[in-house]
Amino acid sequence: MAAIEMKNIVKQYGDGFPAVNDVSIDVADGEFMILVGPSGCGKSTLLRMIVGLEDITSGDMVIGGKRVNDLAPRDRNLAMVFQNYALYPHLTVYENIAFPLRLAGASNDEVDRKVRDASKTLELDEHLERKPGNLSGGQRQRVAMGRAIVRDAEAFLFDEPLSNLDAKLRGQMRTEIARLQRRLGITTVYVTHDQTEAMTLGDRVAVLKRGVLQQLATPRELYTNPVNLFVAGFIGSPPMNFLPATVEGSSVKLPFGTVAIPEEKARKAQDKGLLIAGIRPQHFEDAAVMESGKAAPGSTFKAKVDVVEWLGNEAYAYIPFEAPAEVQAQLLQLERDLDGDALRTQLVISLDGASRVQEGDEAEIWVDGSKIHLFDPATGENLTIDSSSAGTIPSDTSTQEVAEQQDAIATPGEQEAQAQE
Amino acid sequence: MKQKIGPGVIVGFIVILVWCLLPVAWIISLSFKSVSETTTGSAQFLPKSWTIQNYKDILSNGDFTDALRNSFGIAIIATLLSVIFATLAAYAIARLDFKGKRVVLSIALAIAMFPVVSLISPLFDMWRTFHLFNTWPGLIIPYMSFTLPLAIWTLSAFFREIPWEMEQAAQVDGATSWQAFRKVIVPLAAPGVFTAAILTFFFAWNEFALAISLTSTTSSRTVPAQMSFFVGPDPFNPPYSQLATAAVIVTIPVIVIVLLFQRRIVAGLTSGAVKG
Repeated sequence: MAAIEMKNIVKQYGDGFPAVNDVSIDVADGEFMILVGPSGCGKSTLLRMIVGLEDITSGDMVIGGKRVNDLAPRDRNLAMVFQNYALYPHLTVYENIAFPLRLAGASNDEVDRKVRDASKTLELDEHLERKPGNLSGGQRQRVAMGRAIVRDAEAFLFDEPLSNLDAKLRGQMRTEIARLQRRLGITTVYVTHDQTEAMTLGDRVAVLKRGVLQQLATPRELYTNPVNLFVAGFIGSPPMNFLPATVEGSSVKLPFGTVAIPEEKARKAQDKGLLIAGIRPQHFEDAAVMESGKAAPGSTFKAKVDVVEWLGNEAYAYIPFEAPAEVQAQLLQLERDLDGDALRTQLVISLDGASRVQEGDEAEIWVDGSKIHLFDPATGENLTIDSSSAGTIPSDTSTQEVAEQQDAIATPGEQEAQAQE
Repeated sequence: MKQKIGPGVIVGFIVILVWCLLPVAWIISLSFKSVSETTTGSAQFLPKSWTIQNYKDILSNGDFTDALRNSFGIAIIATLLSVIFATLAAYAIARLDFKGKRVVLSIALAIAMFPVVSLISPLFDMWRTFHLFNTWPGLIIPYMSFTLPLAIWTLSAFFREIPWEMEQAAQVDGATSWQAFRKVIVPLAAPGVFTAAILTFFFAWNEFALAISLTSTTSSRTVPAQMSFFVGPDPFNPPYSQLATAAVIVTIPVIVIVLLFQRRIVAGLTSGAVKG
């Protein structure tokens, strides 16, 4: 087991496409690190550079105190689970798991002991003599993991391992992976585009956009203190709402009304003109179902609810609003960065399941003013960030320049293809 | 899903079967007729009196057994070499980006389209100079060259189908490039390898023009060429039954090989490697 240090890693493809730009991440020994971002953000490329399947243009990759830039994959002693599992179809499950051991020249007894150990851990015992072709998706996934854990590898690398499974299985395997990692205590780097996986699995999460590291922090820090619009919009489900806002004194003027915010936050955002306010859906509530005491620190406003989705324990209400042109452009760009294609600017709010708000109602909504983030519309930077609990933020998270270079070289479709290769 | 077989399908089936198998049946029937029966010009389909004398004669004919030995040796060696070279070449073509890849492929295709007959006289001269005339290598080399292009094209198509990840997974698991190739890629391309092997073997086994021109004695003459010398004592009455017997004997290995390899050419061998 070993720590993995990435120092100023850069990946530039032959055509000049900058896939990964000056990324520095340190993964501590035994840590579960997540690399997350929308497609084409360079997360898979970064993972493949760790394992050695992709050359490093510049920077240092240090695993267990040894610089491995020029080592072949087999000399790095890392175990990887591929997105499509990459099982050997001509070998039985047993031989698939034994493959790395056989290559290392282990004795038959040792192979047998280790394979049986791994298969017991992953509950594959009754499938050992079958071929991968006869297994279900979840079983294949487990075989792929068996092939990884059977070795005494320095670290595990996962490349979107759950993206091919259906939703239910994905949830189960997610827990399984977390349990396995805790038990083995092995350094793990896990690539995903799914923010739920990122939040639930990771000790720390590195958010990437266009090959630039945005923020490296614990899930809680990312959620409560996103460094910029991109991170704020990426982490959390349903995503954070972004509204045009202006700060006047210690209150924020939103399209629906004025909300009081803490002095400290107001001071940071004073006299900045038009801003973007970020409020998570969970920080709203139907005023009617709240206990009177709890409502005190926030403000309430009235709004016409367009659509309500009732899920039992909670309900999502949608309230459309008009955004001024200068904010609109920024929000559209953000939506593109996040791989989304929202048609309208709307507020999503999460209500208690007990709420009786109906579609078309004029509801009284409460909002927690202390949880509002204010972003600079030009740079996307979070003005109200509490930097003491926001993890590591690279000095320059601007992707403007990189984005222009990337767009000049490849269309989004090509980027996708490149990321897949 | 089972589809109902209509009467039209059955009739069509029978027509095709008769069309394909009648000559074969005719040859087999001929091979069991006595020499006297064929020389008198018997018109009936089945032999009047069945005899295996032809088989006894031909298998005790030293020239024929020599030719059989040559055929086997030359065809097998040419097949092995062709498949080995084609596998390596096809792998490089499918996996590596190198300058002149297209040129290699087009030259290979050009060779495949080149009429073999036009090469016979230059080869004849060359082989005499190089002392390859009337030797096994003298036939193995051209057979290999003419079958390589097809083998390369077939195999590179198979290699392209194998996901990159298989190899990368092997490398991460600790394999060298060669180990990844041998233990993962080649087994996965096995159907392609067997297809290429069968095609090459058939070409070498059946080839006549080169075999007759580049050999002079039974030390290297193959069966198709040797059969042209089975003229018998009377030029107007070739020993048809003997010829038919020889034809049946040379067909047997071909059938055996097809039946043998057919099991290996299992479609969907790669199923289960990756999702989808």
